[in-house]
Amino acid sequence: MLKSIVNATVLFILIACTAYLAFHYAPVEKSMGIIQKIFYVHISCAFSAFVAFGICFYANLRYVFTRQPKADWLGVSAAEVGLAFISVVLVTGPIWAHPVWGIWWTWDARLTLTFVLGLLYVSYLLLRTMIEEPDKRALFSALFGIFAFLDVPLVYFSIRWWRTQHPQPVILGGPGSGLEPRMRVSYLLMWGALTGLLILLLTARYRLEALRASVEELRREAEVR
Amino acid sequence: MALLADTRVLLGKELRTEFRSRELLTTTVVFILVVVVLFSFTFDPSAGESRRFGPGLLWLAFLFAASLMLQPCFLREQNNDTLSALRLSVQDPFAIFLAKLSANTVFLLLTEVLLLPVFAVLYNVHVLGVFPQLVLVLFLGSLGVAIPGTAFSAISAQARMRELMLPLLLLPLLTPVLIASTEATAALLDVRPELRRDWVGFLAGFDVVFLTALWLFGEYLLEE
Repeated sequence: MLKSIVNATVLFILIACTAYLAFHYAPVEKSMGIIQKIFYVHISCAFSAFVAFGICFYANLRYVFTRQPKADWLGVSAAEVGLAFISVVLVTGPIWAHPVWGIWWTWDARLTLTFVLGLLYVSYLLLRTMIEEPDKRALFSALFGIFAFLDVPLVYFSIRWWRTQHPQPVILGGPGSGLEPRMRVSYLLMWGALTGLLILLLTARYRLEALRASVEELRREAEVR
Repeated sequence: MALLADTRVLLGKELRTEFRSRELLTTTVVFILVVVVLFSFTFDPSAGESRRFGPGLLWLAFLFAASLMLQPCFLREQNNDTLSALRLSVQDPFAIFLAKLSANTVFLLLTEVLLLPVFAVLYNVHVLGVFPQLVLVLFLGSLGVAIPGTAFSAISAQARMRELMLPLLLLPLLTPVLIASTEATAALLDVRPELRRDWVGFLAGFDVVFLTALWLFGEYLLEE
């Protein structure tokens, strides 16, 4: 308990410091102005969300093949945390887009992918609430999770061929792309801090799920007696 | 070989069950008809607009209809307690899925081909000149709907609120199918019709990906 409070406090200070750096150390972007500051949170959260969904996919596969409840706990934790991060992405995106593109939303490849991804994992979590029996719930939601994750590249490419408006990748986009050094430092720190947040939330949620499972087991034992 | 033989027998069973009553086919045809007609009330389409929006509306109607039509696929086996017997009757459980998804593709394709003339009349588009190409797109699209649809009907049969769960699981996943088949259909119904090989290839790719996934994970979907 004490350990997690310490971890959370350290992380809070780290995020506050990186936010300070993003505003006062990194320069203001030339064409977009101050609104570009949202970039540090937006991209880092998107990264954390994709990592979380990747973890969820791994946990789903692991559950189907090993049937360890632990894999199921990891799956649901990763899906919930990923959904939290993707909500931040979906909120910060339009706030950034409105002054820069002049519109809140457009059906561009990455925006639509993020939106559909969010919908798929909402369905995943809803499905879990609709199956009572723990083993069945774990197995069938894991199978749905696997199918949903396989769909991600297909959604991306279908919309990419359809149309796209998003800026070309800035960070690893080949020649001509790249960040100003001070921006890069701020970005990398924010990325590190939010990855830390991902790990913190994931472990907390995982512990909660483990506790829930043991409570359920105790209750069942009590009913048998 | 045993797989194909089992599939053929089971497919025969699925088709016989449906064609005895024709319940699924008639209700789906009427459902799509109602949706297509209601869509045309929401805007007053001119010829150009029909060509632009028509294919999308048509595919959306197919998708909604499919998400309802696929419901009984596994529910029927569960209600009649025949799933275990079905599993014992085949060597490879993939045969069950192969038979069911083939049957669902046949049903979907049949309703689509039946409704195509009605759609052509209501939305003023010419379908006769491009009929073979259109059937190819309809076939690949229906297969793309039927593969994950059959898998998810096995999942939703286990859940509460299953009538709502299946569309909820299926429709977001079908985004790529909706885009690809709408684009391919729109290109065929254009003033200068053209078979878009890229979208047709994409649909075929989608089908292959999910068929492989179903082959790998199908047996787990049948656990009770």
